[in-house]
Amino acid sequence: MSEFFHMGGYALYVWGSVGVTAVVMIAIAAAAILRHRRELCRISRRLRRERKMYESQA
Amino acid sequence: MNSFMKWIHKWGSPPWFYRVSGMMLPWLTGLFVITLVYGLYAGLVLAPADYQQGESFRIIYVHVPAAWMGMFVYMVMAFAAVVHLVWRIKIADVVLISSAPIGAAFAFIALVTGSLWGKPMWGTWWTWDARLTSELLLLFIYLGIIALHSAVEDRQSAGRATAVLTLVGVVNIPIIHYSVVWWNTLHQGTTVMRLDGPAIAAEMLWPLLSMAVAFKLYYVIVMMLSARGEILARERKSRWVRELVGGE
Repeated sequence: MSEFFHMGGYALYVWGSVGVTAVVMIAIAAAAILRHRRELCRISRRLRRERKMYESQA
Repeated sequence: MNSFMKWIHKWGSPPWFYRVSGMMLPWLTGLFVITLVYGLYAGLVLAPADYQQGESFRIIYVHVPAAWMGMFVYMVMAFAAVVHLVWRIKIADVVLISSAPIGAAFAFIALVTGSLWGKPMWGTWWTWDARLTSELLLLFIYLGIIALHSAVEDRQSAGRATAVLTLVGVVNIPIIHYSVVWWNTLHQGTTVMRLDGPAIAAEMLWPLLSMAVAFKLYYVIVMMLSARGEILARERKSRWVRELVGGE
């Protein structure tokens, strides 16, 4: 097992590559997910506000 | 109207894009996890060490799929640019600008992992040769596209200017691909996409192809997620968005 993590002496380069790839891809995916969620929240807040305004007038 | 135009118009409708991408996402994510887990396990554990490069060759399993995707994403963006400019389909602009950060990420990953591979194998982190320089240019073009799109206030002008810039940048794609043929370079030549078949052992090739499929699925998934956010923002006043959000 430790041999696997050692990567024949190339651990820094192999795991560095896998690590950078993982971090960048997770960050980009998280940004996309958060953006979508934020838009949904913003729109539903606005709709609730509109409904309340409408009910208070009626 | 031929079937291509029908397809363009169907996907060009924001509610259709939003609904169908929402239905496709769980399936795409499942396939992504399967291909990723197999690719990583077979590539990092099962595949034998290279007889010249030892274990360091395993960087191939993130470096090459990322480099391929850096070019693939750009070609999708160029296609979207043509659709946007010729048929004025607004979703094409959404797809283009949602793809740009993902393409930039892939180009960045290709450069960094290439550097981490170059140090032990070539003895240098960086060299100004044709393949490396044209890949760096690709990253700058992506960043330029993102910057231009956010710099122009009016959405229509921003979309059109970005589409034109994207098409101008297409010239770099064949340069990247053929750079290892046209110029002397440290970078090795084409290994997989060869006319006489891949010059790589099968137990090394399968995990590589699996990772390539995983990265492609990742792109489609994240592009759709990002496009769905953008569509909601642009269509927030429309009736279908009110019904979608209000009716939950």
